[in-house]
Formats: sequence, C-alpha cells, structure tokens
Amino acid sequence: MIALRILRHRLFWPIVALVLLVAINTLSRPSFLSITIKHGALYGSSIDILRNSSQLMLVALGMTLVIATRGIDLSVGAVLAVAGAVSLTYIEASPEPGSVGTVTVAVALGLLVTLVLGAWNGFLVSVVRIQPIIATLLLMFAGRGIAMLITKGQITTVTSAPYAEFASGVILGLPVAFLIAVVVVAIVGLLVRRTALGVLMEAVGINPEASRLAGVQSRGIIWSVYAISGLLAGMAGILYSSNIMAADANNAGLNIEVDAILAVVIGGTSLAGGKFSIAGTVIGVLIIQTLTTSITFLGIPPAVTPVFKAVVVIVICLMQSRRVRGLLAVRRRPVAPSVPGTAAIDASAAVSK
Amino acid sequence: MKKGLVAAAVVAAIASLALAGCSSSGAGASGSKTIKVGFAQEGAESGWRTANTKSLQAALDSSNGFKLNFSDAQQKQENQIAAIRSFITQGVQAIVFAPVVETGWTDVLKQAKQAKIPVILEDRDVDAADHQYIASRVGDDFEKEGETACKWIVDNFAGKSANMVVLQGTAGSSAANDRTTGCGKVMKGSDINVLDQQDGNFTRAQGKTVMEGFLQKYGSKINILFAQNDDMGLGALDAIKAAGMTPGKDIQIITIDGTHDGLTALSNGQFNYVVECNPLLGDQVAQVVKDVVAGKKVDKLYLAKDEAFDQAAAKQALPTRKY
Repeated sequence: MIALRILRHRLFWPIVALVLLVAINTLSRPSFLSITIKHGALYGSSIDILRNSSQLMLVALGMTLVIATRGIDLSVGAVLAVAGAVSLTYIEASPEPGSVGTVTVAVALGLLVTLVLGAWNGFLVSVVRIQPIIATLLLMFAGRGIAMLITKGQITTVTSAPYAEFASGVILGLPVAFLIAVVVVAIVGLLVRRTALGVLMEAVGINPEASRLAGVQSRGIIWSVYAISGLLAGMAGILYSSNIMAADANNAGLNIEVDAILAVVIGGTSLAGGKFSIAGTVIGVLIIQTLTTSITFLGIPPAVTPVFKAVVVIVICLMQSRRVRGLLAVRRRPVAPSVPGTAAIDASAAVSK
Repeated sequence: MKKGLVAAAVVAAIASLALAGCSSSGAGASGSKTIKVGFAQEGAESGWRTANTKSLQAALDSSNGFKLNFSDAQQKQENQIAAIRSFITQGVQAIVFAPVVETGWTDVLKQAKQAKIPVILEDRDVDAADHQYIASRVGDDFEKEGETACKWIVDNFAGKSANMVVLQGTAGSSAANDRTTGCGKVMKGSDINVLDQQDGNFTRAQGKTVMEGFLQKYGSKINILFAQNDDMGLGALDAIKAAGMTPGKDIQIITIDGTHDGLTALSNGQFNYVVECNPLLGDQVAQVVKDVVAGKKVDKLYLAKDEAFDQAAAKQALPTRKY
C-alpha cells in the first residue's frame, strides 16, 4: 500500500525522470557525478547544473505563484532583460564601477524597476481585468524594447568584481547563484506554506468569484503574485548579466518563459490554477537544466537538440497524465486497488485539472 | 461608432500611403544630387554588429551626399521585410540590407525590382536563387575566415596530435555553416582530433554553458578551443578558469571577429589567435551605391579584406582599433 502511494504521488514520475537523466549521463561518462575541489570551490557537472539552474529556478518560482492564481506571466524573459540593462547601465555610467556601493545601488535599481513592471502586470490583470495572457504579452514585447532603449540598442559590458560575484562567486564551496536561489525558494516556500497565503492563492485560482464572496482579498493577492514574479525575474536578470558581465537586451532570458512554464507543469502544477507545488517546480527546473547539460554530455548534434528536448518533455508529461498512467496500471496490474490513499486523490486531482 | 473610426483610420492610412508614393516617385525622378538610400540592418546582437551599423551610418551620411533612412529589424525577418517595403513606398534610390537569414526574400526583392530600386546586400548573403534581384553584395568571406583560423591551428599543432572542441555559431546561419566548411577543408588529414562540436548561438552565455559541458566531459584532454566568434570564446574563458585551467596556455583559444574585447583577450594572452571579420564595410557600400545609382557597372560581389592577429599583432593593433 505504501509502495502504491509512492507510485501515485504526483512527484513520483518527475523524480524518476530526473534520476533516469542522471543515470544515462553517468553511464555514458562516469565522471558526470564526480565532484572535486578546485580553487576552494566544489567542481563538477552537478555543481554546474545547480549553478546554471538558479536563473530558471527564480523565474519558475514566480511563475508557479502566478499560475496558482489561474494566471500566466509571459513577460518574465523581457523583465529579466530589463533588470540587467538597468543595473549594468548604472554601473557603466558610475565613476567607480568596482565599488560595493555602486553595485548595491545598481542591483537595488534593477530590482525596483522589475518590481514596478511586475506590479504593472498585476494592475492590468487584477484591476483592469485584462486576461493574463494578453496583459503580460504587452510587456513581453515592450520589455525588450525598454531594455534596448536603456542600453541604446547595444550590448553593454562592464568590469566590476563585486557584480561578478553573483554568478561566479563561491561561499563555503558552493556557487553564490545557487545559494541565492535556495534562500529565495525557502523564503517564498515558508511565506506561502506557513501562512494562509498559499491557501488563499489556491482559493483564488480554483474559483476567483467564490473566494471573493467568501471574503478573500483576491485583487490584492493577484496583484502581489505578479509583482513578486516581476521581482524574481529581476533577480534572475541580475544573475544572467553577472554571468557574462554584459547586458544583452536581445538574448537575455529569451524563451525563458517557455522553460519556466514547462518546469511548473512538469512539477505537477496545473495550468488551470489552484493547487500548486513549489517542490515540484524545483524538480521541474532541475530536469530541464540536466537535460540541457545532457545534450553536451551525450554529444547530441545541435541540429536535433530541439527534437531531443521535446521528446523527453512529452514522455514526462505523458507519464503524468492520469489516463496514460491508468492504462499502464491496467496492463501491469489487472486488479486495481479499490480504495486509493489520500495522496493518490491529491495527485490525480492536481493532474486532471 | 467604433466601426466608423476604424474605417476613417484605414482611409487615412491608405491616403497617406498613396501620397507618400506620389511625392517619393517625384523625388526619385528629379535626380537631385543627394542619394536617398534605405538601410535595413538586421539587428544589434553583438559588438561586431554595432561597429558595422556605425560604419554604414557614417559612410551614408549627408556630408557624403546621401540621405539615409535607417531601420533596425531586431533580428526578425518580418521586420526587415516591412522595412524594405516601406523604403520602396518612400521611393528611395537604393536599398542596402543585411539579410538576417538566407531564404524568404523573393517577393519583397521582386517588388523592389518592379519599382526599379537597386538592392545592395551588406554582410550576409541571400539564397543563390535570389541573386538575380541583387545589384551587388559587399561582405566578408566566412569560409576563408574558417580556413585561416584552422590553418593556424594545423600549422601550430603539426605532429602533436592535439584534441580540439568547437563552439559553433547559430545553427543554420551562413556565418556558422561557411566557417565550419572552411575549417573542415584544412582539418582533413591533419593531426588534430575534433573531440566535439556544439551550437553556442554566437552568445557569451551559451558559449560559457557549452564550454562547461565540454570541460566536464573531456577535462584536461582538451588542447584547443575554436570559437566561431569572439563572444562565445569570451564566455568560455570563465568556464576554463573555473575548471582550474589557464586559457591561452592549457587550452589554446582561436576565435573569429576581432572585436575590441576579443583583441584585448588576445593581447592579455588569454586567446591565441583571432581572425578578423571586418565590420567596417561602410565606405565600400557607399561607393557601390553611388556607382549603381549613376548607372555604372558594378561587380556582383566585393569581399572585404580580413586580417588575422596573433598576440603580438593584437598588442599593436589595439590602441587604434575602431571596434
């Protein structure tokens, strides 16, 4: 019975997929899992994956909250680009690009602007009541224009040691970027799961009208999830620009909204809103990042990369579909259990929506 | 009410288009001394492109007898087609454009031909089938660049059986395809073993991640990195340092472009060889435009001269580098 509950848990298949990906990589090259110490920092493929996943982690976290309220935020990639543009333009113009003070102000400015952009999305969705996909589509296009305007259409590059720390720095042997992502995920996780906020968000997502009638401040909640999503995309933008020490308005965060939505869906959160899983999103992000690394590791030719990615994602999504799992279960066990556990009900409810 | 407004707007738009057509055809026929030219740039994705845009804007300036209409397509073909169409309606005397991709230009090029406006390509090429609509092209020889870069590698690692990894440019772009072909030509039968090649999309960020993967996969087996542009090579530097190796020594780095950042890395000893892809095509383009408008015969293709730099040459060239 316990085995069955594990099998039916909504995170079971995503975790299997992740383990499988790691196993395939390790089989092809046993060095995949090895971790050594270089210059006082842990070094290895898994560390690279953790560090490189931090941007997507932040963006997908915001996306999870937005999707929980039955919304979607397509503007995250553009907002990410704006954050880098604002911060690096400020650093470039300042007399002391290498000072901690300059970098602090630059990061604060970048995050402030993205918070405002996120709040603008929230305003359009919650007050003006424009459909989320349209409301955030505006900024998806306008945002890159804003970023280009700030960088004057060019790629701004700077040299600033403190700024480089965000992406390349190391604390206690671990990448700073990864630690930032962990701390943020923990804070948001505590905020939505240790307070009533998470439940209220789910209520808004399941039935906005009913929750409003029940006294839930749905407007305020929707408004704030978009603002948070903007802010988190802004943090990702700081990491992206710090990684290459350049603000690239065209390519920064390009298509990251698609990866983020994918990570959320792989993690078992339904696009129809309501129940959401931050742990699921974290696993979804790790799957996508490991997949990207696998392409290099397995030596998949560049031309077929998109097909390879698509096939893996389709398989994961199929495994999560209740109907497909039902078919498989029937094949394997002709006698289905009559009383599934509560976890199973949770899982199927989340997936079927 | 709304319908009325829309209709009015449509009428106004059509009227303005027609008016624009009239006035422009008048200007075109008058044969005044200033040449009206439209330049549809494909985007602003790299330091190279910035230098290229500036060069053309300077050369097609009013002080040289031009009136320039500039458009930046932000790396989207539909934007570029729209820009070219609007140049045609404005009745410019010549159109210069850097095609973002190779195919899909036939319709808009036909329209230009019908309007008797000559089209000059700058930098990248269009599909061979569309060459009949093109007056001339001023560009760089990508295949030669790949050849020059890999020739240096073959010469310097002769008899050493070295291992090389390649960061390719955007899959499907003429720059990436031709550089790979050119390099392959000289690599054939050499002592260099190509371990792996992957798409780094010409960007720093992807150059860095792909190089991380290469390093995890092959570790210290890698002796040579051939990055098909400077930016990918610059991104790879961090990955190599993080792996505890010294770029330029443990792994020799060869790139193409010769941007300011690239040559700086070369003069610091982090890169080993850089083949230039000259973006300063402005003067040559301006000359071709003048000749075409004056009815002179021009060649179908003008190739810019690309230099190549080793570390010493980079130190010399850097102070006077324009881009």
